[in-house]
Amino acid sequence: MRGRQSASLDRKKFFADPIMVITIAVLFIFLTLFILYPLCMLLADSVYVRDTQLFSVADYVPGSTPVFYDQNHQAAAKDGDAIFARLTDPSGKLEDHYAPLYASTGMFARQAQLKDADKPLYLKVVNAQDKTVYVALDKLNTPEKVSALFKQNNRVIKKMDGIEPAEVCVRVNHNTWTLDAFPRIFSDYTFNNALRNTLILGALTGFFSLIIGLLFAYVDVYVHIHGKVTKKLFDVVSMLPVVSPPFVLSLSMILLFGRAGLVTRQLLGIYDSDVYGMWGIVIVQTLTFFPVVYLMLKGLLKNIDPSMEEAARDMGASRMKVFTTVTLPLLLPGLGNAFLVTFIESVADFANPMIIGGSYDTLATTIYLRITGGTYDVNGASAMAVVLLALTLFLFMIQKYVLEKKTAATLSGKASRVRMLIEDKSVRYPLAGFCVLVSAFVVLMYIAIPFGALFKLWGRDYSLSTKWFVQMFNEGGWKAFKDSFILSAIASPVTALLSMIISYLVVKRKFRGKGFIEFVSMLAMAVPGTVLGVGFIRGFAGGVLRTGFMQEIYGTGLILIIVFVVRSLPVGTRSGISALRQIDKSIEESAYDMGAGSGKVFTSVTLPLIKDSFFSGLVTTFVRSITAISAVILLVTPRYLLITCRINEYAEKGEFGVACAYATVLIAITYAAILLMNTVLKHFGTSRKLKPTDAE
Amino acid sequence: MSSMMKEPKGVKLENISKIYKDPKTGKDFYAVNNVSLDIAPGSFITLLGPSGCGKTTTLRMIAGFESPDAGEIYLGGEAINQLPPNKRDTAMVFQSYALFPHYNVFDNVAYGLKLRKVPKDEIHERVTKILELVELSGMESRMTNQLSGGQQQRVALARALVVEPGVLLFDEPLSNLDAKLRVQMRTEIRRIQQKLGITAIYVTHDQSEAMSISDQIILMKSGVIAQMGTPMDIYYHPNSEFVADFIGECNFIKGTVSANTADATEVQIGDSKVTVMSDKDAVIGEEAEIVLRPEAITLADTGMLPCTVELSCFMGSYQNYHVRVGDTLVKIADNCPVNKKIFNVGDKAFISFDKFCAHIL
Repeated sequence: MRGRQSASLDRKKFFADPIMVITIAVLFIFLTLFILYPLCMLLADSVYVRDTQLFSVADYVPGSTPVFYDQNHQAAAKDGDAIFARLTDPSGKLEDHYAPLYASTGMFARQAQLKDADKPLYLKVVNAQDKTVYVALDKLNTPEKVSALFKQNNRVIKKMDGIEPAEVCVRVNHNTWTLDAFPRIFSDYTFNNALRNTLILGALTGFFSLIIGLLFAYVDVYVHIHGKVTKKLFDVVSMLPVVSPPFVLSLSMILLFGRAGLVTRQLLGIYDSDVYGMWGIVIVQTLTFFPVVYLMLKGLLKNIDPSMEEAARDMGASRMKVFTTVTLPLLLPGLGNAFLVTFIESVADFANPMIIGGSYDTLATTIYLRITGGTYDVNGASAMAVVLLALTLFLFMIQKYVLEKKTAATLSGKASRVRMLIEDKSVRYPLAGFCVLVSAFVVLMYIAIPFGALFKLWGRDYSLSTKWFVQMFNEGGWKAFKDSFILSAIASPVTALLSMIISYLVVKRKFRGKGFIEFVSMLAMAVPGTVLGVGFIRGFAGGVLRTGFMQEIYGTGLILIIVFVVRSLPVGTRSGISALRQIDKSIEESAYDMGAGSGKVFTSVTLPLIKDSFFSGLVTTFVRSITAISAVILLVTPRYLLITCRINEYAEKGEFGVACAYATVLIAITYAAILLMNTVLKHFGTSRKLKPTDAE
Repeated sequence: MSSMMKEPKGVKLENISKIYKDPKTGKDFYAVNNVSLDIAPGSFITLLGPSGCGKTTTLRMIAGFESPDAGEIYLGGEAINQLPPNKRDTAMVFQSYALFPHYNVFDNVAYGLKLRKVPKDEIHERVTKILELVELSGMESRMTNQLSGGQQQRVALARALVVEPGVLLFDEPLSNLDAKLRVQMRTEIRRIQQKLGITAIYVTHDQSEAMSISDQIILMKSGVIAQMGTPMDIYYHPNSEFVADFIGECNFIKGTVSANTADATEVQIGDSKVTVMSDKDAVIGEEAEIVLRPEAITLADTGMLPCTVELSCFMGSYQNYHVRVGDTLVKIADNCPVNKKIFNVGDKAFISFDKFCAHIL
């Protein structure tokens, strides 16, 4: 093949660049170890049952010669045969197990042969301290230090036990590949209920977010809005999903509309108001996620060429007709896309169902309870996590590979000119009025939080006091802020740099395995936090592949930082990729041609050109990390206190005052971070200079 | 200045091929097919051809951005196939200029020198000199987006020149400039190249650019070299209809070879006979096609071949005629028509040409 020469030359040039090779290798290891591996372990756990069973030694009567078996499970005949003891399951369910017998040769045990039958023989067993020890066969009936031997009721033999040989059992590892977990969870009421709840929730939240988001986008793009306040309100609403910790709206929902709610009880006099349950979650999630839809659709609507709609108007269509026959069909793939994005977010959401769900369990919360609750059903939880992962992955694939392409195909052009905004009062007032109402409602819910922290006793005593803040700081508040802040502050530069490197490699370089890097770093977007959390537990609690390797990171701050990085990587990478796509490829080629290696090209040309993207990745990661809960709540240990976990804790206990105090400080921190980013970008940003024609 | 430059290097391509996969059909095709070249040190050669002919791929293989599937590339006698672009002694001027937008003019030009760890004083001296050469003195601290297209082009040129590469590569560097500036810049590039005596390989699809700038033109078509030669060679003696047609306008008149001597070849067209440049491959009695440039033909009341005028159009510097010779339409650009007889549509006339301006394919 002549084609081989260029491949081998490319390979040689590639390996002449050690920085690039090392970077890619490190990336491969990082992505494999911290994204792919935990998910694979999860998959394995759902089909591989690790179990220990008690077996008793069969055919053995103390004092007499036992029956020995050879390796083919036949009675041993020849002197040279290695001998085995037959172990049987006392309950009779499992197949017999043949354990090799050992003979002692001074210091070391070696596998016994039939000719050793009259010597003392030993069984190799794992004792209660998980140590491998040898136990003499003829000691089975003497109550000595044989802690590996059990009575049939799974109790270690004690000295006072009168031992009946038939009752003595040996613990045997019993690992099997089985798909049992899936039929089991699918016939499990809790799971089915949770699955149904999750799907209904996703559909409802997706639907309502779509309606409200579309309305907002339409008003923003099509309707002439008077007044700066209204415009400012729109900006605030569109920024909220970035700034807001995930459960803030749940908290204020309870404060405003709950049993002791300010609105329900104080204003309306309703005493049995119940916000817990499905509708509570739907309302909270809709308010949380509709801004995402709003921003997505706003971008698309701006791309629709106004002359198309004007042509329809000109031919006699009413405004409504234009919307249903022109605008909506053009927008349809985009709507589907936005719906799925919200659906995935809702399905993956952990914090809101946790706080306001009451008995309405979703998959994410059920998995959490399976792991942390008394049952510790790892097999079942893993299987559920696999189902949840399959669900989000499926939706993600449709969204990414079908709808996103279609959206790009129909609406990728640029509007040819400025749109005539709707001035008509009969359209303007109801539409804009509705949006202002929703925005005001959202803002009100955020305002409720600091007041929740400042009022003495919500529902009873509305006098101001700092007692909740005092309690917060007395009960480890400082530590929580310090830990959360430091861990997030470490994670954010790492993520920002990593995502810029990944985007550089994906957009600008050609090498084998590029698809892998791109896919895995985007995969993290589709993985719900809870699933990742369970994956990390299964993957690292016993070390990598249960070998104990890297076991030390489990329970440390490092693993929390890694989770933060993994969770924010797709966001940073996406923004990096879109920033890099706008940079002419030949700029880097030119640096390369002048004699710069890829490390130098990246630091001297690429990074300075996308520093805006880098910086916003820095802040976004920080905000996402400090407000993260779903994955870290499964991994955090008492050594670290995280703000979000504390809020969850206090909210569960019903101590909303302290929860609000935490949430208030958290909102202040995130808001300050965003403010800082905007200021810095305004003064040092390069984007405007680089691409003056581009509005985005 | 030229004494400061290193010795220019020659470039040799030995049976270079590059195979790409067609994204639609999935089949392999040759973007460059068995191309061999030998470029003398200090010469200016142009790779010319329509889009998709493989000229840019060839250039990028020399720069190292693409790897050849067969053959070997030599730079100054050294095989460089395995070297990545940053280890090759080449500097490229890109179509989009590829200036670093976050650096000013000085830092853009100094970039390559800094990479080579040249002392600061020397960098300053060399950058200043090269900016003088491209007539950009005083612009050192401008950002690149504050420059006009022509100035950006000069910065890109200066940046490539300042590292004193063994060979300078140009990838359609003038295609983003307006027509007038393009003419000015190509003169400039030629002037600087001559002054520095540097080897230059220039890719373009613009034949007039290629003619005015190069020592040698390599005309490519579908991955192979169609013809190689000096601009004048290629213009007056194209070896195929494709070359003749690609370089300016051309007429092809069919006839039969009637005599062939060392001085001239005689071709019978209709009832008349014409003499053209001698072609030793011509066989008497065989069909031949005479290649004639429009400006090499004159129209008069007497001459070599009778014709009928079908179009007569005053173009300012010349009179444009379309005349019918037998079945063939022949285009004529008659210079300085003001002193001559102007023929009108329908007139009978004769065309004639110098034998050195015509040859057979």
